[in-house]
Amino acid sequence: MTRSTRSTRSTRSTRSARGALVTLVTWILVLVFFFPVLWMFLNGFKPESLASSVDPTFIFKPVTEGYQLAMDRGMSGYLQNSLTAAVTATIISVVLAIPAAYALSIRRVKNVENSLSFFISTRFMPLAAIVLPLFMIFKTVGLLDNIYVLAVVYGAMNLPVTVWMMRSFLLEVPFEIIEAARVDGAGMFREIVRIVLPLVLPGVAAAALISFIFAWNEYFLALLLTSSAARTTPPFLGSFVDGRGQFLAVLSAAATIAALPVIIAGWVAQKQLVRGLSMGAIK
Amino acid sequence: MTTTTTTQPPQLDEVRADTATDKRRLQRKELWRNRGLLLPAVIFLVLLTQIPFLTTIGFSLTKWNLLYPNDRAFAGFDNYMSALTSGDLWPSIVATVLITAFSVVMALLFGLLFAILLDRQFHGRALARTLMITPFLIMPAAAALIWKYSMFDTNIGMLNWLFRTLHLPVVSWSTEHPMMTVVIVLTWQFTPFMMLILLAGLQGQDRGILEAAQVDGAGAWRTFTWITLPHLRMYIEIGVLLGSVIILQVFDPIAILTKGTGGTKTLAYLLYERAFIGLDVGQAAAYGVVTVVLTIIVATIALKSVFKVFMAGGSR
Amino acid sequence: MLANKRMIALGTGAVAVAMTVTACSSGAVQSGGGSTGGAGAPITLKVATVNNGQMKDMEKLKSEYEKANPGVTVNFQVMEEGDLRAAVTADVASGAGQYDIVTIGAYETPQWGANGWLVDLTPALQSDSSYDVNDLLPPVRAVNTYDNKLYAVPFYGESSILMYNKEVLDKAGVKIGSNPTWQEVADAAKKVKTADMAGICMRGKPGWGDLFAPLTTVVQTFGGSWYDSNWKATVDTPEWKQAVGFYKQMLDDSGEKDPVSYSFNECLTALKEGKAAMWADASVAASMLEASDSPVKGKMGYAHMPVDKTKESGWLWSWNLAVPASTKQKDAAIKFVKWATSKDYIKLVGNKIGWSNVPPGSRTSTYSIPEYKDAAKAYAPITLDVMSSVNPKQPGVNPQPWVGIQYVSIPEFQDVGNQCAQLVADYLANRGTIDDALGKCQSIAQAAGDKHKS
Repeated sequence: MTRSTRSTRSTRSTRSARGALVTLVTWILVLVFFFPVLWMFLNGFKPESLASSVDPTFIFKPVTEGYQLAMDRGMSGYLQNSLTAAVTATIISVVLAIPAAYALSIRRVKNVENSLSFFISTRFMPLAAIVLPLFMIFKTVGLLDNIYVLAVVYGAMNLPVTVWMMRSFLLEVPFEIIEAARVDGAGMFREIVRIVLPLVLPGVAAAALISFIFAWNEYFLALLLTSSAARTTPPFLGSFVDGRGQFLAVLSAAATIAALPVIIAGWVAQKQLVRGLSMGAIK
Repeated sequence: MTTTTTTQPPQLDEVRADTATDKRRLQRKELWRNRGLLLPAVIFLVLLTQIPFLTTIGFSLTKWNLLYPNDRAFAGFDNYMSALTSGDLWPSIVATVLITAFSVVMALLFGLLFAILLDRQFHGRALARTLMITPFLIMPAAAALIWKYSMFDTNIGMLNWLFRTLHLPVVSWSTEHPMMTVVIVLTWQFTPFMMLILLAGLQGQDRGILEAAQVDGAGAWRTFTWITLPHLRMYIEIGVLLGSVIILQVFDPIAILTKGTGGTKTLAYLLYERAFIGLDVGQAAAYGVVTVVLTIIVATIALKSVFKVFMAGGSR
Repeated sequence: MLANKRMIALGTGAVAVAMTVTACSSGAVQSGGGSTGGAGAPITLKVATVNNGQMKDMEKLKSEYEKANPGVTVNFQVMEEGDLRAAVTADVASGAGQYDIVTIGAYETPQWGANGWLVDLTPALQSDSSYDVNDLLPPVRAVNTYDNKLYAVPFYGESSILMYNKEVLDKAGVKIGSNPTWQEVADAAKKVKTADMAGICMRGKPGWGDLFAPLTTVVQTFGGSWYDSNWKATVDTPEWKQAVGFYKQMLDDSGEKDPVSYSFNECLTALKEGKAAMWADASVAASMLEASDSPVKGKMGYAHMPVDKTKESGWLWSWNLAVPASTKQKDAAIKFVKWATSKDYIKLVGNKIGWSNVPPGSRTSTYSIPEYKDAAKAYAPITLDVMSSVNPKQPGVNPQPWVGIQYVSIPEFQDVGNQCAQLVADYLANRGTIDDALGKCQSIAQAAGDKHKS
């Protein structure tokens, strides 16, 4: 493709001109795609009247009113709950997924396919179909509005995908390594923790990141299963739409704050994100 | 998957035969041990998804509207009858399939385009990649709200500002093109997702083969269709499968942008409407059960046929 | 054997880890958050409310209440309207008791009261002379009463009025009287409309509380109704067809461009930005158009909701505070409700936040406060006039078997209204015919009406 090292026909200058053109097109397309995010970010720093004016303003004196207002309404509490839920859910799904994925990959289980189907099929369940039953069950046992209960539900929601990812990563571990460990007389626990786990640590990180993103962004279960002490950020965002006037600036500011942790995590851990999303197919 | 290690691992049975005197006993022991490893995850999932689902089945056989607390009774299959005969189900299935298919395909095409463009070496490639990932990381509810107000709106939306500036007619997105509106937002959110997967696939290509193809005089297009695309097939499958699983459940853009009008009432939104606007727990549960049965049938067929490679993927 | 034991240890270990993680951490939250303890213990009141400006002002002022009532913490959950309905209905209907005070609409109050889900506030309010329960606006009180019991008190109330940009209308030489007809308004809209500005902004967003709030009042003044006095649905009548056809024609001729995404918020922005000349919607909008940062402040004119066959056509809505029967802190909750709907609270908002932000439409006395009369002189008189003259018992031409104007207070109505709104929205977007939409709506409405025939 464009990275070709062959230079028989095209001269150097036309090739680099073409390359520059492709680069330019690339940048334009990237910026078009990124624009809504950029616009959200900019709107968060505008006064309300500018943010929802008909003619867009690109150059303005930034104000932090929007951010101030969002934080004044107690956003940090919601962020804290989101963090607790997402981290706990991630720990639960990873801790449960490692042995399951290990069994499904390195050790032999009858009906690997059926087990995998079972795991992934639970992910097809429409949330709206089970949210009322979940609500009734948790109400009966008095566990509504508990952030860790929400985290457990998220853990279950993420577990199927985590198992699948972990299995893909574990399949890459050369069998000889495990075999060597077994000949040494190492037990299963040691086999997993000491030998296998370090080899797939990047995979664990990838699965954890994906799990974190899904839990952080979840809206529907959070709305129903929590009421105040355990409320997370997504249902809180809707409260910035205001019936009394303009709200685009404060909404943009709040949405920016809400997205920031995941954006940063995603940016920092791009490689893990790729690995996770491609189910470990990429080395 | 092609993840199988190049050196074929020795067959498990051979190992066993070397070390154990009683083959069968050990085999059974190993089997139980493996079940023990699987068990926590399975129990956890059963507790949190299967039990609520059984409860849903129970609800679906009950006459129960939240606003009539004193009128609760066993209803047999009445709720299923009304769900299947109301005429809401089929349009909703169509809407779900169309929205999912369009969004997945569009995201895949854009994802492929961006993957190819960002696979090149150029100045600021890392930054460009970083910016491209972001739409996938934004909270879906926030993304839909931002699109509704600052992009699609006929007055303050940037899309229509652009159209006005270019002296094009203003587009009433939600009114005139409801499905496209939803698909645009979903495509925007999932293009980075597809791009990441495909980008990884491109990087996994054997450069040697590519160069050899070019030396043999194959043009860029031929190299792409004959070598790169077949190589990407597995990655495309992964992207389509995972993307579909997530987009099937999508709810926010529809609730925020179209309220289910103009053929955008997906099963996820229909279920929400039955449960939280109709407040009919029984009927909502019946819809839920029907949806689950349908998705599992489709998913099983899809997993066993189209994604066969993926399912069996290098099991030892 | 050894391996076997290890396996069990690991298996149970993993479960145990998961359990302990959840167990000890959930313990931490319970001890931290749930302070429902005995006498003298600090009380946390949980309030669920809607994302309206007036409610957010209450959130800001909660510290005043906490200062006056040591030991009480008020925890606000502000939600988008649809979210609020889903969360609060599930909670109250199941008796989960997560909220001590809930914000509900006039539509819910009588139904929830009848189901025994709400605490009857009548005794507590009547025994307190300083609260002056008779000061609550009579029509608003009527819609929140069931079986002579007041189950919720209005926090703010609204009717609907016609708002128009005087400058724009004057320029086009159009005059609007204080009691216009729909035909006059439609003609005026056509005249003032330009390529850059809609003649009128009307709700088209599908939802019983969005599109169908104004549309039902149009239907009523054209002589139609959802049901006759025997709960027979009357959606397929000529009156409905005329009214809905008129609404679409007006939108097509001179309405905003993307009606399906337009409701209150969007129209408000359009008016402020000079993208629409007229607007028939909630009376509270006037206070926002006259706010200090509004570009159209002082340029607006206000009139009664346009009519056809009836004398008045304004709707009646109130957001109310109610105490669910499932609360464990009934007395403290009632005390807070009384505070938030008292005369003193209105003065508090006026002094702390601004007189134009006072919650309107709840108390008659609000309209005689000098500061408020001054701050809201452009729209307060007409609001009071409209709100006292609408008749929720018979808003249309014919009698109806329920109390309420732009809604039918039966449980099925949310669903009926929403489904019909989607059908009508399809018609507005030229995806279906009016006969098809109203025909389908008729059968949906009839199925609901059948449950109420006696």
